[in-house]
Amino acid sequence: MSKQDTITNFDAVKEIVATYRDMPGCLMTILQKTQDEYGYLPFEIQDAIAEELGIPTSEVYGVATFYSQFSLVKKGDYLISVCLGTACYVKNSQLILDRLALELGIEIGATTEDYKFTLEPTRCLGCCGLAPVMTINDDVYGGIVPNDIPDILAKY
Amino acid sequence: MANVHEIRVCGGTGCHNNKSADLIKALKKAIKAADLGETVKVVETGCFGLCEKGPIVMVCPEETFYSQVAVEDAEELINTHFVKGEFFTKRLYKTIKDDIKRKAFSDTEFYKKQYRIALKNGGAIDPEDIDEYLAVGGYTALEKVLKEMQPADVVDVVTKSGLRGRGGGGFSTGQKWKFAMLAQGDKKYVACNADEGDPGAFMDRSILEGDPHSVVEAMAIAAYAIGADEGYVYVRAEYPTAVKHLQKAIDDAKEYGLLGDDILGTGFNFTLSIRLGAGAFVCGEETALLNSIEGLRGEPRPRPPYPANKGVFGCPTILNNVETYANITTIINDGWEKFAELGTEKSKGTKVFAIGGKINNTGLLEISMGTTLREIIFDICGGIPNGRKFKAAQTGGPSGGCITEKNLDVPIDYDNLIAIGSMMGSGGLIVMDEDNCMVDVARFFMDFIVDESCGKCPTCRIGTKRMLEILEKICDGKGELADIDRLQDIAQTLANGALCALGQSASNPVLSTLANFKDEYLAHIVDKKCPAGVCKNLTDFVIDADKCKACGKCKKACPVEAISGEAKVAHVIDQEKCIKCGTCMSNCPFDAITKK
Ligand code: FES
Repeated sequence: MSKQDTITNFDAVKEIVATYRDMPGCLMTILQKTQDEYGYLPFEIQDAIAEELGIPTSEVYGVATFYSQFSLVKKGDYLISVCLGTACYVKNSQLILDRLALELGIEIGATTEDYKFTLEPTRCLGCCGLAPVMTINDDVYGGIVPNDIPDILAKY
Repeated sequence: MANVHEIRVCGGTGCHNNKSADLIKALKKAIKAADLGETVKVVETGCFGLCEKGPIVMVCPEETFYSQVAVEDAEELINTHFVKGEFFTKRLYKTIKDDIKRKAFSDTEFYKKQYRIALKNGGAIDPEDIDEYLAVGGYTALEKVLKEMQPADVVDVVTKSGLRGRGGGGFSTGQKWKFAMLAQGDKKYVACNADEGDPGAFMDRSILEGDPHSVVEAMAIAAYAIGADEGYVYVRAEYPTAVKHLQKAIDDAKEYGLLGDDILGTGFNFTLSIRLGAGAFVCGEETALLNSIEGLRGEPRPRPPYPANKGVFGCPTILNNVETYANITTIINDGWEKFAELGTEKSKGTKVFAIGGKINNTGLLEISMGTTLREIIFDICGGIPNGRKFKAAQTGGPSGGCITEKNLDVPIDYDNLIAIGSMMGSGGLIVMDEDNCMVDVARFFMDFIVDESCGKCPTCRIGTKRMLEILEKICDGKGELADIDRLQDIAQTLANGALCALGQSASNPVLSTLANFKDEYLAHIVDKKCPAGVCKNLTDFVIDADKCKACGKCKKACPVEAISGEAKVAHVIDQEKCIKCGTCMSNCPFDAITKK
């Protein structure tokens, strides 16, 4: 995957807005659908949504930055999420996260330069029985210790 | 024809992530291979509650209970249980305490002491099949309400049952409905809070995944009671299976005429739709959630006006959480008297807890109010693993507090928990043992709150940040005694001055750890030591030269090459390089590495 390019094709935005604009309280749904489509919500997309809806971009930006699921920057091909919910935290998931940062050579929350991995902490994934838990895209790894990390990463 | 058996396999998130979907495929294949297709069928159900031991498999009608069934076990299980007619002993569930292999589901320690209302159908039916829900009495409560009861009667029954909100505050559900029923307005809404925010609580997810119709039915009942015709379920987007099952339930109910126009021919109309959250803890606060349903920033609104008068889109609205709704059909069907018999004087019925952390049986359980924490932790959930000692249990998540040994025998209900410095919250219960540092736990919760504070009111935005900085300082070994006073001071300001419950309760974990574990704070501040060996700056890993056999395992495992040593010479850790990850310690076969 290449780095973040400026998006110029807004056809999908127009379509999404047209589908949902009449639903009361539609902005969040529109942002969710748009992010599904483009992967993230850069400024040009927010501008396009605001224009289509006839509202100020600041309003769109306000909502997009409020919720942690919306991302203004592009993420890597593989999203590594380490659960920092309480059940996982008391079972040392922070050490897992630290080890991943060390192995990948990036800060927590950052993306590797080749846009292969993004490393993020998340809140409870709802499977505390497997704590500590991490996911890489759709793969789930439970009951792991820091030393498992190099082998797991090697699979990708 | 032989008896017809049903193999129920848990498809809840916990078991699903333990490959239960593959297991189902393998079981079906094995059944086909053994030519049992006529007599044995496989059903994917919701959560059984025993997530730690997943994937869970139960063979009915005999209720044989298998746990940790791997994909590779499928063939042998089918052949042993069905072809040979014997128990597949390898995977029979055994209780941790007495190590006796238990056969029946209802016979296990874990289930015997439970009383299931909200979780009644979890693991018992296929959540994606409305006919299974109907077969266990589904939608009879709705029919009864629509055909035999006036809205005021419904409110009355719910009030008399004593049901209180299961999402946190514990406000009387009947009262809430009454206010909304009496509120003036042509348009009213019912809403369901399924934005489970407390990290480590997952009962709402489990109910939506395992028994979505119970929530749909209860919301229709609530709508009838207050005079609403539209409803929203606000679900965390992180719960894809719950969303899928709920959507299916809504669609099927519509098709069966149980949602939509003229329900059951009574002229009552009700439509229900799902709104997805996008990751904001504050949306668990009711007014913030209303804003979010409207597509806005999820910032709380000042109260009053209360949602019962001015809720979604300015109309009267009731908002209850998933577990609260999941109690409604039972109250209607069995009568409020039966429900009110359960529990304590002021807290009726049951409560679901999601128990996690340092506990043998991580999972979901539902107990009658008034059960003690000791029974939950040691009897039902099998105690603390690895022979470690119990230290504290946190209830109420980031807004709650910790409960220590001395309060383990207090009967759990809303008021008692507050009296001992914690709160019910949504029912997350995290158990900690002697390896957990309480100062670090307080820092963890404060970090969470700082992250989630919406920023609308400065008291919360700035106050929580200052508290976090002080806690970080203490964990780093740079704390001073005056910091304790500062923490208490800011905590007071937050409790008095924050706009919503998130800020008002944000300092609870700090206050409660300070009250119960002051010596640990002092150890960090005065002795510059972390007794549990968690805070990195205050902990050194050292190799005992007498015990070290120079096997080299630690050296190999160390990710930062901080360990040196030759064959036959005791190894040493370079404290400058060490990142305190503890990998060496867990890799040492001779217990030669300790934390100091
Ligand atoms: S806390 Fe990590 S899955 Fe629940």
